[in-house]
Amino acid sequence: MDWLSTITRTFFDFGAMAEVFPQLIGVGLLNTLIISISATIIGVALGMVVAVMGISSSAWLRVPARVYTDLFRGLPAILTILLIGQGFARLSQSIFGPSPYPLGIIALSLIASAYIGEIFRAGIQSVDKGQGEACRALGMSYAKSMRLVVVPQGIRRVLPALVNQFIAIVKDSSLVYFLGLLVGERELFRVGQDAAVLSGNLSPLVMAGVFYLVITVPLTHLVNYFDSRFRTGRRRPSAPSSGLKEVTELDAVSPQITGSNT
Amino acid sequence: MSASTSTNSTAASVQTFHGSSLELRNLTMAYGDVEVLRNVSLDVAPGTTTCIIGPSGSGKSTLLRGVNRLHEPKSGDVLLAGESALKVKPDILRSRIGMVFQHFNLFPDHTALENVALALWSVKGMSKAAARERARRSLAEVGLAERADHRPRDLSGGQQQRVAIARALAMEPEVMLFDEATSALDPELVKGVLNLMAGLGRRGMTMLVVTHEMGFARKVADQVVFMDEGEVVESGTPAELFDNPRSKRLQRFLSEVL
Repeated sequence: MDWLSTITRTFFDFGAMAEVFPQLIGVGLLNTLIISISATIIGVALGMVVAVMGISSSAWLRVPARVYTDLFRGLPAILTILLIGQGFARLSQSIFGPSPYPLGIIALSLIASAYIGEIFRAGIQSVDKGQGEACRALGMSYAKSMRLVVVPQGIRRVLPALVNQFIAIVKDSSLVYFLGLLVGERELFRVGQDAAVLSGNLSPLVMAGVFYLVITVPLTHLVNYFDSRFRTGRRRPSAPSSGLKEVTELDAVSPQITGSNT
Repeated sequence: MSASTSTNSTAASVQTFHGSSLELRNLTMAYGDVEVLRNVSLDVAPGTTTCIIGPSGSGKSTLLRGVNRLHEPKSGDVLLAGESALKVKPDILRSRIGMVFQHFNLFPDHTALENVALALWSVKGMSKAAARERARRSLAEVGLAERADHRPRDLSGGQQQRVAIARALAMEPEVMLFDEATSALDPELVKGVLNLMAGLGRRGMTMLVVTHEMGFARKVADQVVFMDEGEVVESGTPAELFDNPRSKRLQRFLSEVL
């Protein structure tokens, strides 16, 4: 049973876990959420711009959107984060101060916006063409019909995919540690990692993993719930009814054409 | 005509319209290199109803989409109230022409009232309160005052199409286009919507109606146009076309649908 106690000591040392717990909550969880939520908000805003550009009839808007999407979706996240985090360090220093934290958020936002842009684009394009046509037939401009009718329907349809994207961002936020964070800026992974190195024991990292799961697993199930609700619709079953009732109603409004119909 | 103000108590069903004239001059339309409409000329007098009949693929719907420039004509001209529609900004032109679609195209996330009110405030620039007020009247006109807060999915096909008609009417159009407006309806609801359309015609709306309802065309139309393969084959009064078809193609078509 030697190997069993080794495993227990390595991964499930509750003492080490308890020791790192306050830091994981107060520093790690807080920073992970700040990074992920900021990156998601910026990513959604940028993603909407990219999506609307991507379905434009003008190649001057469409091509840059395409290149942008291909670039940030095609590169490994860690490479983008390092290039932006270190490449713009001097610029960032003059704006945000010495911390690489804002640059990490920006890099994650850029990556996220490429994915979110594709999600939005797919959603908007899945809206029935008749919707936009009805708007145009009423005299709305293209921009108005998009803003008031087509885009809102497209967004509602892709909410589950957006939650999935948020989950991906939460996990990717761990990569920001590569930029070298100050002690108070460390996110979950870095807090767990530091504690694991100090104690020569992996249990703090396991504990950090539990925190990630606490965020992501409920969200996954939320997505499934949304998804099935969208698929089955919200319609309640209704009692049998007669279309003839409507005929009576309609006759009251408009007098008959004389004679039968054919 | 002057009765419209005095007996206004029962909905707004006595309101009269002032339709404009509509003329097509050698209208040719194409999708890419394929000409789907060739040299179509047509006069629709103010306040009259013209029904367009013909087999599928004959270019009937394309013709309607050329009138309000949902699809830009390749050549020829469309005259609305005597002036060229091609010289008017498309958005302005379309706000003067109402269109009703086969599949209603209501906005599913808007209530019936919001469906009607949307273009009133966003295109006509009415205040939202005024737009809702106007929308309510428009829905009353088509008999849906009590269903104003229903979403399209909670309405029958017939009710949805009436909302779509109310939505177009609220914009106070000079011409109404109907693109197979009853083709997607349950059979018992078809007549009601046709009656509603006939009522608009009687009250002075200029209407261009693409339809497969020959009974409607015969009784309501002032003019019937038979189209095939992108051209007008024959046109005239309902009696002329239905009782005395001259061309082989129209005879063949009528023998299939009647």
